[in-house]
Amino acid sequence: MGREIVVETCNLTKRYDSATVVDSLNLSIEEGEVFGLLGPNGAGKTTTILMLLGLTEPVAGTVRVCGLDPTRQPLEVKRQVGYMPEKVGFYESLTARENLDFIAELNAIGYVEARRRIDEVLEGVGIAQVADVKVGNFSRGMKQRLGIADVLVKKPRLAIFDEPTAGLDPEGINQILDLMAKLPGMGTTVVMSSHRLYEVQRVCSSIGILSKGKLVVQGSIDELGRQALAGGRYRIEIETRRPTPALVDTIKAIPDVKEVKTSGDLLMVITDSDLRAEISKVVVQSDFLLIQMKIQEFNLDDIYMKYFHEG
Amino acid sequence: MATIVRKELADYFTSVRVFILMLIVFLTSGGALYAVQQNIRGQVSESGFVFLRLFTTSGEAMPSLVTFIVLLIPIIGIALGFDAINSERQSGTLSRVLAQPIFRDNVINGKFLAGIITLSVMVVATMMVVAGYGLVMIGVPPTAEEIVRLSIYLVFTIIYGAFWLGLAVLFSVLFRKIATSLLTPVAIWLFFGIFILIAAPAIANALVPVANATSPEVIIRNAELQQMIMRFSPNTLFSEATTVLLLPQVRSLGIVTMSQVQFMIPNPISLGQSILLIWPQLTSLIGLSAICFAASYILFMRQEIRAT
Repeated sequence: MGREIVVETCNLTKRYDSATVVDSLNLSIEEGEVFGLLGPNGAGKTTTILMLLGLTEPVAGTVRVCGLDPTRQPLEVKRQVGYMPEKVGFYESLTARENLDFIAELNAIGYVEARRRIDEVLEGVGIAQVADVKVGNFSRGMKQRLGIADVLVKKPRLAIFDEPTAGLDPEGINQILDLMAKLPGMGTTVVMSSHRLYEVQRVCSSIGILSKGKLVVQGSIDELGRQALAGGRYRIEIETRRPTPALVDTIKAIPDVKEVKTSGDLLMVITDSDLRAEISKVVVQSDFLLIQMKIQEFNLDDIYMKYFHEG
Repeated sequence: MATIVRKELADYFTSVRVFILMLIVFLTSGGALYAVQQNIRGQVSESGFVFLRLFTTSGEAMPSLVTFIVLLIPIIGIALGFDAINSERQSGTLSRVLAQPIFRDNVINGKFLAGIITLSVMVVATMMVVAGYGLVMIGVPPTAEEIVRLSIYLVFTIIYGAFWLGLAVLFSVLFRKIATSLLTPVAIWLFFGIFILIAAPAIANALVPVANATSPEVIIRNAELQQMIMRFSPNTLFSEATTVLLLPQVRSLGIVTMSQVQFMIPNPISLGQSILLIWPQLTSLIGLSAICFAASYILFMRQEIRAT
C-alpha cells in the first residue's frame, strides 16, 4: 500500500502494581484507516489509548504516533491527535460554542479561525442549531456529537474515540458511526474502541482485537473472517428419517463440505459456502426424506466470541 | 495557562458560590462597620493609629473585622478549591482538557492562580469598603504608616487564604468524591479554629501540671506550652500577625511579667519592629501554603488520568 504508518507500538506494556493491563502489544495503524480497537471490558483498550496520547507512561516498549514519542514529546503529539474519552464531559454551565472556544484557545487557534472552524464542525456533526444552548441541557447523543466536534476543531491527523457508541440508542449509534466513516476523507485517521463488533464492522476498515492486554488478531474484517472461519462458515442442519452412514459419506463427497455430524435424525453439515441446493439434491436422490433444512451463517460476533474465549 | 486562568476566573465570577461568599463578606464588613461606629470613640484614646482602629474595633456582641476575617478566609479558601480537580474528573472534562496541547501542571497552576485572584478580589474589596465607609464615618485619613501596615496585612491575608485554598485543592486531588474533599478541609478548619483552643490547655496541663504549683516557672512553662501548641494552627499564626500589624502598641506575643510591664513605655512600636516580631508567623504561613500547593502539584502530576 505504501501508506504512512500513523500509530506504531512495539512490545508496549503497562502494569498497575502487579496486574499487567497491556502486555507486549504490537499494533500498527496506517494513515487514512478507520481502525477498530475491540475487546471486552477491561481488555486494556483505554490504557492503550492513554499511552498513545502520552497521558500514561508505558513500563516497557515504545510507541510512535505520527512519528513522535508521546512520552517524550507529549505536546507535539497532542497537537496532532484528537481524543474523545469514554465518558466525555463538558462544562455544563457553558454553551456548546463556549466549550469549543475553550478547546480552540488551548490549541492556540486564532479567534477568527476558531470561529469559522467551530461553525463548520458544529454544522458537520449536526448540532449547529443548539450551538448557543448550555451543554447541561444536552442529551447523551448530543454530547457525544459535541465530543466529535470537539475533536475535529483542531483538525487532527489522528482522532481517537474511546467507546463513542456507548450508551446510545441504535439510531444514535448509526449517526455517530456515519460521522466517523467520513473522517478519513477529511484527512483524519480514526481509531475507535468498542466492545461491540457488529456496531463497528460497518465503518472499520481494519480491526484489532484485544483480550487480557494482548492483541489477539489484527487485520481487515474480511481477512479476519477468513482466518477465523478456516473451519467453515456455514452450518446446515438437515432433518431426515434414519440417515445411514452411506448418506453421510455422499454428503461428505460434495466439494466444500468440511464436516458432517449426525445426532439421531439430524445431520449437521459444516461448509464453506451455501450448499443447501446441492445437499438437498443429494439427500433426495439417495431416496431419503428431506423434512427440513436450516442454514446458519457464522457472523463476526461468533468470530469475536471465538477470539475472546481463546484470549 | 492564561487561557485556563481566564476560564476559571469566568467560572468563579459567574458562579452562585462566589456570589454567596461575596454577600457574606459584605455583610460581615457591614457588621464590623456598625461595631466601629458604636465603639471606636472609646478605643482610640491613647494610641493614635485611628484608621487602623476601623479594622480592629469590636462591639459588645459584634467581633471586629479582623476576627471575622480569621474565620471567614478559610471558608472562602475551602469553598474556592474543594472541587477544583475532582469535579473535572467526575464530569469527564479533565481527560479532555489534558488531551489538548498543554502541560499538565498548567491545569493545576491555573486553577490555583485563579483561586488566589478571586480570593484577593474579595479581600481587597472588603477592605476598601470598610476603609471607604470608615473614612466617611470617622473623617480621619490614614497615615502613610497605616497604609503600609494595611498593605502588609492584606498580603498576609492572601497568604493565609492561599494556605486554605491549597489545602482544599490538595484534597480535591486526593479524593475522588467531592463530599469527602469538602468535609476533610472543613474538619481541619474546625480542629484548628476551635478544638485546638480546648486541646491546647488540656495537653499543657497534662504535661506541665499547674494545679498545685506555686513556682512561677511552672506557670510560665505551662502558658508557653499552650501557646506553642496553639501555634500549630495557621489560624493562631494569622491572628497573632494581625494583632501585631494592626495594633502597633502590641510589643510582645509571649508572656510579659508584671515587673517587665513596669518598664515598658506605652507607645506604639515602629513598623520594622512589628514586622520583626511576626517574622516567624509570616515565614511559617508562607511555608504551610507552599507545602499544600507543592503536595497537590506533585500528586496531580503523578496521578492516573483515567476517566473512570
